[in-house]
Amino acid sequence: MRYVDEFRDGATARGLSSAIAREADPARRYHLMEFCGGHTHAISRYGLADLLPGSVHLIHGPGCPVCVLPIGRLDDAITLALEHRVILATYADCLRVPASRGLSLTKARALGADVRAVYSSADAVTLARANPGREVVFFAIGFETTTPPTAVAVLEARRLGLTNFSVFCNHVLTPPAMAHLLASDGGGGGARIDGFIGPAHVSVVIGSAPYEPFARVNGKPVVIAGFEPLDVMQAVLMLVRQLNAGRAALENQFTRAVTPSGNVKAQALVAQVFEPRETFEWRGLGAVPRSALRLREAFRAFDAEARFAISTTPVADHKACECGAILRGLKRPQDCKLFATVCTPENPKGSCMVSSEGACAAHYTYGRFRDALGAGAP
Amino acid sequence: MRPLRPAVVRPLDFDSGCVDLSHGAGGRAMAQLIEALFLAHFDNEALRQRNDQAVFDVPTGRLVMATDAHVVSPLFFPGGDIGSLAVHGTLNDVAMAGARPVSLAASFVLEEGFPLADLRRIVRSMAQASRDAGVPIVTGDTKVVERGKGDGVFITTTGVGVAREGVAPSGDRARPGDAILCSGTIGDHGVAVMAQREHLGFSTTLESDTAALHPLVEAMVQAVPDVHVLRDPTRGGVAATLNEIAQQSKVGMLLREDAIAVRREVRAACELLGLDPLHVANEGKLIAVCAPEHAEALLAVMRAHPLGREASRIGAVHEDPNCFVQLETSFGGRRMVDWLAGEQLPRIC
Repeated sequence: MRYVDEFRDGATARGLSSAIAREADPARRYHLMEFCGGHTHAISRYGLADLLPGSVHLIHGPGCPVCVLPIGRLDDAITLALEHRVILATYADCLRVPASRGLSLTKARALGADVRAVYSSADAVTLARANPGREVVFFAIGFETTTPPTAVAVLEARRLGLTNFSVFCNHVLTPPAMAHLLASDGGGGGARIDGFIGPAHVSVVIGSAPYEPFARVNGKPVVIAGFEPLDVMQAVLMLVRQLNAGRAALENQFTRAVTPSGNVKAQALVAQVFEPRETFEWRGLGAVPRSALRLREAFRAFDAEARFAISTTPVADHKACECGAILRGLKRPQDCKLFATVCTPENPKGSCMVSSEGACAAHYTYGRFRDALGAGAP
Repeated sequence: MRPLRPAVVRPLDFDSGCVDLSHGAGGRAMAQLIEALFLAHFDNEALRQRNDQAVFDVPTGRLVMATDAHVVSPLFFPGGDIGSLAVHGTLNDVAMAGARPVSLAASFVLEEGFPLADLRRIVRSMAQASRDAGVPIVTGDTKVVERGKGDGVFITTTGVGVAREGVAPSGDRARPGDAILCSGTIGDHGVAVMAQREHLGFSTTLESDTAALHPLVEAMVQAVPDVHVLRDPTRGGVAATLNEIAQQSKVGMLLREDAIAVRREVRAACELLGLDPLHVANEGKLIAVCAPEHAEALLAVMRAHPLGREASRIGAVHEDPNCFVQLETSFGGRRMVDWLAGEQLPRIC
């Protein structure tokens, strides 16, 4: 594939791998968090751990929208489909995520709920136009990457005068979550993060500028990186160099797509339709202030929360679940008692096991063999 | 008694007619559908007997039997349709026992309102696939369900075949040291079908690889009768098939990503949809596991056959109590190749 294979070249990877091994100080530890699930996926999919020295420890962050979606919100979506009998349009990722009472959207569908997988928010608007006699709710989830398309869908619905379309908004924001992870740094349950591999697609939208404070104020280097494996390798090298030099700067490895100010038009669309919530619950992280969006008052007619009087009942995570500590880099998936025993991709108990981009699911699916090394595996 | 004049029968309207409940009710309408459609196209001696079963001789050897229900959507896709798929799917299941298929049975569940034109197209395609494979459809059944209680047409086929002495591939026979071979490019069928599905909005020039593999198997077991495992990686793709074999044989496997052939279109489509070609279905490929000393001979036979031209040695079997299937990525790292969790679903970002 043109324009992609260049970023997956094995020979270049070996070059970067030896550069990192040469420059990383074996006497110290580099705890680097890749915030995004897209990075987690690339790291696991290409087996990057084998190309990094033992001193570099990658911490898989909470940037997987399906993983951090609280169960209570998923319960709300199921209620919309099962009790309010709406057509629930959702990204396919959400279909098999377990909710309360042993339900999921897939299981709700088996019980008669009308749940449709869509590839874009525009498909949800098309559904509403095609079914004027039915309420259509778009189950909007995702970080800043998927928010502008939801804004466009709402504006399009208003332009078309649709009265049967609404959005159940669960869009979340990256910088407040990063700030939250660092907020406990240095305390008793402090995060162990020396630097960040910054988001790729999210940064295309919001630009690199919002991460400036993490370097300047928190003293944590941030390198924004693309989602290809060579991007990640290069970002690791850049972070190792900063940490070795005692620097903490915001650097951009993903210059082919990310500018300091980002996609200004997309930001304007989002600002027109959405406003920050005071607080929002993240699975694995708990309540994070000003970390999510809701529809503005002017778009209340398209807000499913208002239209169907949704009041979310929070659902606590499993008591033994270590997702919170894993997301802060304090524990590894294999340190959790539930990992690969009662908590598996088929039956996830914690947020990190929900999607292949979550730390635990990625380790379960791609990396588990390393736990058994020395016990018969070659 | 003297024969009366035969009644005038209105021919089935294959242009604009559709299936109705009478076509499955055991009356004259059903008899007419069988006569004018199934018998006309599948025509063979056993069917012509018009009995409820087929009686035929089988060559000596071990009898192999397999059955497969087909519910594919869409019914017609680039490179095939539910008809050819129903024939190939079962023939391949029989062939993976190292057997030569002898005959097929087909049973249809039709939904009321299904266009007769589409049904004829499917039956013609099945007839063609069965003729090409040299395996007749010798008996069958038709049922009609009310509108809304089926999805157009479901086809179940059952196949019988015979394996000759000394040929006994089985999923539990992979041994440490064995070579793992794949007969060609992976993911073609799944991507061709997904590209055709509603709302996907992209088109490819790719066709399903649906094919009857028994001629290839025939050549392979002639050359290497002691091939340890044969399996066609259909649903769940190569990943599921290898994990099944690893667990049945209680072994581990190590694959080389570089050695696994994936078409550019398939890689591109998987990239867009966030899928792994190793999890995508195939309908005309097989995985073979054999002793390392037989690998080159087997590969040579496969490559000499039109269905195995792009065959390659994709990895090897080793001891592993965890039965993990691992992959050496082209990037230089190593990872596991796990079963698919749940349904194959695209990622959002």
